Amino acid sequence: MLALIQAFVLLFIAAAATVVALTRDPVAQSIVVSFYGLLLAILFFVFQAPDVSLSQIAIGAVALPLMILLALTKIKKQELEKQEHEKKN
Amino acid sequence: MKRRTRKRFFFASAALLAVVFAMGMLALPPLGQYRGPYGDVVNALSVPERHVTDAVTLVNFDVRGFDTLGEEYILFTSVMAVVLLLRIQRNEPTTRQEDQAPDRKGVGTSDAVRVVSLVLTGVIVVFGIYVVTHGQLTPGGGFQGGVILATGPLLVYLAGEFENFRKAVPRRLVHVCEALGACGYGLIGLACMLAGGAFLENFLPLGATGSIVSGGTIPLIDMSVGLEVSGGLALVLIVYLEETLECKEE
Amino acid sequence: MSHLPYLIAAWIFLVGLYGIVTSRNLVHLIICLSVVQSSTYVSLVAIGYRTHAAAPIFAGIPPGTPAVDSVVQAVMLTDVVVEVTVVALLLALAVQMHKRHGTIDPDKLRELRG
Repeated sequence: MLALIQAFVLLFIAAAATVVALTRDPVAQSIVVSFYGLLLAILFFVFQAPDVSLSQIAIGAVALPLMILLALTKIKKQELEKQEHEKKN
Repeated sequence: MKRRTRKRFFFASAALLAVVFAMGMLALPPLGQYRGPYGDVVNALSVPERHVTDAVTLVNFDVRGFDTLGEEYILFTSVMAVVLLLRIQRNEPTTRQEDQAPDRKGVGTSDAVRVVSLVLTGVIVVFGIYVVTHGQLTPGGGFQGGVILATGPLLVYLAGEFENFRKAVPRRLVHVCEALGACGYGLIGLACMLAGGAFLENFLPLGATGSIVSGGTIPLIDMSVGLEVSGGLALVLIVYLEETLECKEE
Repeated sequence: MSHLPYLIAAWIFLVGLYGIVTSRNLVHLIICLSVVQSSTYVSLVAIGYRTHAAAPIFAGIPPGTPAVDSVVQAVMLTDVVVEVTVVALLLALAVQMHKRHGTIDPDKLRELRG
């Protein structure tokens, strides 16, 4: 029974990794990568690694998408500033 | 080279790499038949020799404690690099605070969000401290608890405004926490040397299995790593938010 | 099933690499790099696994029970922390590249000079 769950989670992870790589828009990709991180945490849990699972949940589902979104906001703000600057000149 | 050429070249070499990968992976022992002796040795020794029930924390902070010291300093260095890279340069044009645009009233957060976050922030902080201090008994430890602790200020920011976040986590306090945590690990190692053993050798009394004060130096290292990780991540959050939402007043 | 995790790890590695090679946005590239890094987690967790064994936490079970390898899990913990560190640094670098050159397209960045 456990082997079935492990096989299913592994196949799901392969599909999710493909989706992460094929999503081009970074904002959408950050949500997908958060889901992928959660799937990885479930994988670690099913393979009897609770320490790593805790770490992965905290980092891969919270800290990673947060930093991606903050960087994207900063880049967008710089873009808008540049456009304003060009309009003035 | 053009994109299409690059893609075709990639597919050709990826096919080759896939073949090599498959050959290598199929030569590994099948899943579930773990052969190596090192893991069994460490698992067998974790309770009798160090009175610690969580073998992973034991490996992280005692058996291979020097690697974790390096890893903590990687985190510290990269936080420092992020702060350095994102600082406001001297000749950058400063703009007004953009938390609320001047011609639009801010939406603000609803009361439900604020009440729930008020309760949840306390729960998060207590849970983070629990995970940090019980690292040697149950799954947990310095890193996990530190990241959980760092999400407390994030919740404060999400539920309130930037001013609340700034008051809850003043930058100086975060700097002090992070520095204390980072040097604490090295100081514990040096204290072990002063007590007559090797660097980071466990020299404190081991305590009873199953109580918080067990494992010698492991709880102390746990707490110092928890301080450092939570301080580092909170600092990254502060730096990103400060440089994204408002520029420093001169 | 006997070698499934290892083959899945190889697949994730190659898919992430494809994302890096055909990327048009630096942030997308960085996220694909983190996917490549996650393939090592799958591979490592499968190496340490033992069938019908317990997690290496001896809180409720007698210390002699067969358990999963704990050294490999400690290595994985380090791996996870280093991943978020590397991604933070790379994102800060990407923000700086955009500030200096005005674009985050890797193809266009090659043509700009100094």
